[in-house]
Amino acid sequence: MSAFPSASLIPVPFRTIVYREVHRFFIVINQTLLAPVISAVLYLFIFGFSLGDRFGSFHGYSYLNFLVPGLVMMGLVNNSFQNPSSSLMISKFEGNIVDILMAPIGHVEIVLGYMLGGMFRGLLVGGSILVVSCFLALPPFSHPLYLVAVALCSSALFSLFGIVAGIWAEKFDDLAMFPTFIITPLTYLGGVFYSISILPPLWRKVSLLNPLLYMINALRFGFLGVSDVNPFWSLAALGILDAVLFSVCLAMLRSGYRLRK
Amino acid sequence: MRALSGITLSIPRGELFGLLGPNGAGKSTLINIVAGLVKRSSGEVKVFGHDVERDYRTTRALVGAVPQELVYDHFFTVRQTLKIQSGYYGLTRNGDWVEELLQRLELKTHENKTIRELSGGMKRRLLVAKAMVHRPAVLILDEPTAGVDVALRRSLWDLVRQVHREGTTVVLTTHYLDEAEELCERVGIINHGAFVALDRKEALMQQIHHRCVTLEFSSRMARLPPELETLGAKLSEDGIRASMLVDRNDASLQRLLSVLGRGELPLKDFQVYGAGLEDVFLQLTSDSSEKTVGRGASQAVS
Repeated sequence: MSAFPSASLIPVPFRTIVYREVHRFFIVINQTLLAPVISAVLYLFIFGFSLGDRFGSFHGYSYLNFLVPGLVMMGLVNNSFQNPSSSLMISKFEGNIVDILMAPIGHVEIVLGYMLGGMFRGLLVGGSILVVSCFLALPPFSHPLYLVAVALCSSALFSLFGIVAGIWAEKFDDLAMFPTFIITPLTYLGGVFYSISILPPLWRKVSLLNPLLYMINALRFGFLGVSDVNPFWSLAALGILDAVLFSVCLAMLRSGYRLRK
Repeated sequence: MRALSGITLSIPRGELFGLLGPNGAGKSTLINIVAGLVKRSSGEVKVFGHDVERDYRTTRALVGAVPQELVYDHFFTVRQTLKIQSGYYGLTRNGDWVEELLQRLELKTHENKTIRELSGGMKRRLLVAKAMVHRPAVLILDEPTAGVDVALRRSLWDLVRQVHREGTTVVLTTHYLDEAEELCERVGIINHGAFVALDRKEALMQQIHHRCVTLEFSSRMARLPPELETLGAKLSEDGIRASMLVDRNDASLQRLLSVLGRGELPLKDFQVYGAGLEDVFLQLTSDSSEKTVGRGASQAVS
């Protein structure tokens, strides 16, 4: 008996992990794609239309225009995180994580596979929110290449964060801590709904410690050309954080941390 | 705490090897080290000369393992599961083999069902199909027939024999000792993380000297002849059966036959049970104070 692996420029195991990760969330599309898009649309209606006039303009743009990049980033980071983290947690819970652990797959392929699966879902949700938002307020797309770079780096960062969380968590309750106590507070306090320029000086300084602030403002810079923080430092920091988290994921897989006994 | 200690085992290419032992003895730890699920703390484990940690990609491509637990991915159908499993092993053009596996394991009619819709036996068969999807040179089966019905058990045995005939090295752990007796060429019995026996199946069974003899009478006996009582025979409560253990290394059997040969007993039937792996297993894995002969002893006092 012998096996003949298919020759391909892109390794088949890596492609398979991406296929599985993407196919998996499409099977539960109501939960993974429609629910976050509907939530974002509700935010747009409530804050954009109903309350938007009370906030006035931000950097010369309507509140609705200001709000869209923040909502896109919120959908993007949440879903980029949730895809690998829930996939790994479910695999560990159901035991099918052994399929990947027993297969001849390199650690880099595993990390990249889960990361791309998460990125795809994050970008799809973020993109869908953007498409729906365009019917309500078309943003000017001031720096499109920068916009794409920020979206890719942000989704990669939170996918990698999701891999770390999925490996680390031993039960679903552990995993629930991340969106509840970290991602949601940082997103809400990171300037999705307001500019930090309206905050008192002390809270403005405190906000600068929030990494989501840089990501949301970077995306806003891509759309509107305005930002509360230096957009190029934001992108550089995102790139560095991506590299650091990628290394952390690799180290966890190589050591077998919470995966191999 | 060490799960395994002092294990030295070499399984020749093409062998059908049985790994037996009580729960917690270290069987799964041993095979999980080979499969890459457990990291060894010391020692060396190789598959066809390749170290399972240094050359892990080579060894994992050579090994297919059926885990003990029913692990499955409920998002996918049977066919999708096998496609994904093939992809993990770098295979995209193995459709014919996947088809053959579906047929052999009687999963063809269920190929579009999600795993949740399968019965326990079908899930077990799917695990076997997954382990074989890349045509492994070494197939490790960790209790493959646990919880399956008799017919399926037989068909899984046939499959194991077939892949073994085709040249696959098979390592089987099982709680069903008749399964090891039926299938395996060589058997290792592990207890407290170390081998207590490692030999050919027949050689191990030779270690058991006792035979269990049962006699059935055509009429009720009030008591047994004194010669039989001195051989340890016990009469059942209804007086129509007697059973005893005889040692094949002494003259017990000869004396028994001599008593029976006189024709004074209303003998209707006569049965001798040889030692099986179960006897060997129990003798080697029970504490010394409790050593017994499994099947023989249980039948002798029934």
